[in-house]
Amino acid sequence: MTATLDTKVSLAGALNRALADALSEDERVLVFGEDVGTLGGVFRVTDGLTDRFGEARVFDTPLAEAGIVGTAIGMAMNGLRPVVEMQFDAFAYPAFEQITSHLAKLRNRTKGHVELPVVIRVPYGGGIGGVEHHCDSSEVYYTHTAGLRVVTPATPADAYTLLREAIDCPDPVVFLEPKRRYWEKGTIDPTLRSPGLDRSVVRLEGSDVTLISYGGALGTTLEAAEAAADEGYQAEVVDLRSLAPFDLDTVAASVRRTGRAVVVHEASRFCGYGAEIAAQLSETCFHYLEAPVLRVGGFDIPYPAPNLERHHLPDVDRILDAIDRLQWDDSAPLADGEA
Amino acid sequence: MTTTERTAASHFLPSEEPLGLVSPDGKRVEQPGLPMPADEVLLRLHSGMVAGRRFDTQATALTKQGRLAVYPSARGQEACEIGAVLALRPQDWLFPTYRDSMAIVARGVDPIEVLTLLRGDWHCGYDPYRANVAPQCTPLATNTLHAVGFAHAARVKGEDTVSLVLLGDGATSEGDTHEALNFAAVWKAPVVFLVQNNGYAISVPLAKQTAAPSLAYKGVGYGMPSVLVDGNDAAAVHAATEQAVARAAAGEGPTLIEAITYRIESHTNADDATRYRERAEVEEWLERDPIARLKQYLTDRGLLTEQAQQEIDVRAEADAASLRERMNIDTVLDPAELFQHVYAEPTAALRTQAAELAAELEER
Repeated sequence: MTATLDTKVSLAGALNRALADALSEDERVLVFGEDVGTLGGVFRVTDGLTDRFGEARVFDTPLAEAGIVGTAIGMAMNGLRPVVEMQFDAFAYPAFEQITSHLAKLRNRTKGHVELPVVIRVPYGGGIGGVEHHCDSSEVYYTHTAGLRVVTPATPADAYTLLREAIDCPDPVVFLEPKRRYWEKGTIDPTLRSPGLDRSVVRLEGSDVTLISYGGALGTTLEAAEAAADEGYQAEVVDLRSLAPFDLDTVAASVRRTGRAVVVHEASRFCGYGAEIAAQLSETCFHYLEAPVLRVGGFDIPYPAPNLERHHLPDVDRILDAIDRLQWDDSAPLADGEA
Repeated sequence: MTTTERTAASHFLPSEEPLGLVSPDGKRVEQPGLPMPADEVLLRLHSGMVAGRRFDTQATALTKQGRLAVYPSARGQEACEIGAVLALRPQDWLFPTYRDSMAIVARGVDPIEVLTLLRGDWHCGYDPYRANVAPQCTPLATNTLHAVGFAHAARVKGEDTVSLVLLGDGATSEGDTHEALNFAAVWKAPVVFLVQNNGYAISVPLAKQTAAPSLAYKGVGYGMPSVLVDGNDAAAVHAATEQAVARAAAGEGPTLIEAITYRIESHTNADDATRYRERAEVEEWLERDPIARLKQYLTDRGLLTEQAQQEIDVRAEADAASLRERMNIDTVLDPAELFQHVYAEPTAALRTQAAELAAELEER
């Protein structure tokens, strides 16, 4: 296995490897959806899997998202572990009833008798110049539903590990893949397991401010942290990884150290994931906070057309602006000359 | 279109008139291709329907006594509920709706567990894996897809299991039904779709639901054999379901059965059917009663004696009395359970919330 340690793979490649390893290790695992078979998925995440594992285990379905999720539920009730693909975020909406009314609730409905180890892979978020319905940040539709786990990797290593852990998880998992990061490369170690499917991690340590982000926005947040360092702010960056459940312990521990927090995501701010984090931090860290928790996110508009999306998506400058607004002047001076 | 395809299409077509084996006045009807069930099966259908109706009237009575929050009656649909369920083999699975409590009881689930949902104690009171019955589906048609997935998984695992999914006329307008029919046909999944066309989706009559020649035609477009059957004829429903189960088990794929029946009671005890239909229409359907006709047929043929009928009635009455008695005992609900089954293990947040509720309860 050491040979794989130095292997540089893309995030999409890491997902492909995770699916292949899960398929070969557990015969209950099935992979299906639209164009996932012969074509290998529109993002090639399932490339070569039908050839390797056969049509019975990796296959194309009719074009019907509720059908894909609804039949996955039935298969899981009968002991299989389906991993299904929704082709794009907004194309998953026809499956919403099956996800929220059944996938999320059958365990509770039956007092634990029915277990549904289903993974729904959803390429989500913008930044790829996609036309309408191809760029939604749909995470809170799922995080608001009890019974679902919602995770999102931001690196190839996490893509591999989180997907393996999601497939092994006895609960249904909505697995959100930041499609703009599909082709970014990193190393993966298939032998490694993460601190937990429900744990967040500190990607960068810093003492002045905690930047909290996930998925497609994490890369931008790390860039902003680097730029902030040039301006004299040591930012700590937390990669949430798990959106539901929310790892308050990790986030709060960081914020208690730094006293300031900015949440960064692509999704609209109103009732966005950042609102929940801001609320929880104000409930649990109020006396540690030197400034209100700020949110950097998309505007409260429908996702814009490709030629305008750069104005909508949070960029480094917008994150730096938020850091600047954290009431530094009201607290101890940061540098000589500031009072 | 090639000749072959045209032949295939006609193969899927349902009959013009509903298939029946016993006429409303209890006479034998010859139906080529649909064999009459054995006498012993007919007797079981009869006693099952009597027990089913008694259960149903008891449940309705329990709503009036405040022991059930709500009950959607299946009175008048006994031939479908019992006929279909008795055509299943032990390993097969039933995917019922909220109106199919009678069918679930016939499948062997303790009636008190079936009524947990309608009593308001929990959303499902039985272990689906004990009698191979999925939880009762409250949103329409979503169970059709679960049935298809379950059946497909059985084939993947090399198991001989058929899914029988129950749905109503209203549910055939839902998108999930169409996706399920299509998936099942494409996958040749071992599924039987039984549409109980009882004439009304709450208040909306069939004429406002579809312009199709019959609901059975909805199977044709997806490439599956479609059968139109008299839904008040238990022998015919049983025979058609048994054939469809055998086809499915033989790897020949799904079947859609439309059973024409009638909902004698209102949608639920909370509904008032006089707002949307005439009493005369109900009277007309009472004349086509599924129990009376099979009883007539069995009595005429000397298969059902008065004494045997009495024994059936006494047993049904005893079951109802036992249910009544058990339903009159207040259940003790544990609020802590609210948090226990959401995930395999409660999350940290749920543990905190469980403690909050426990503290609240202690203070009171």
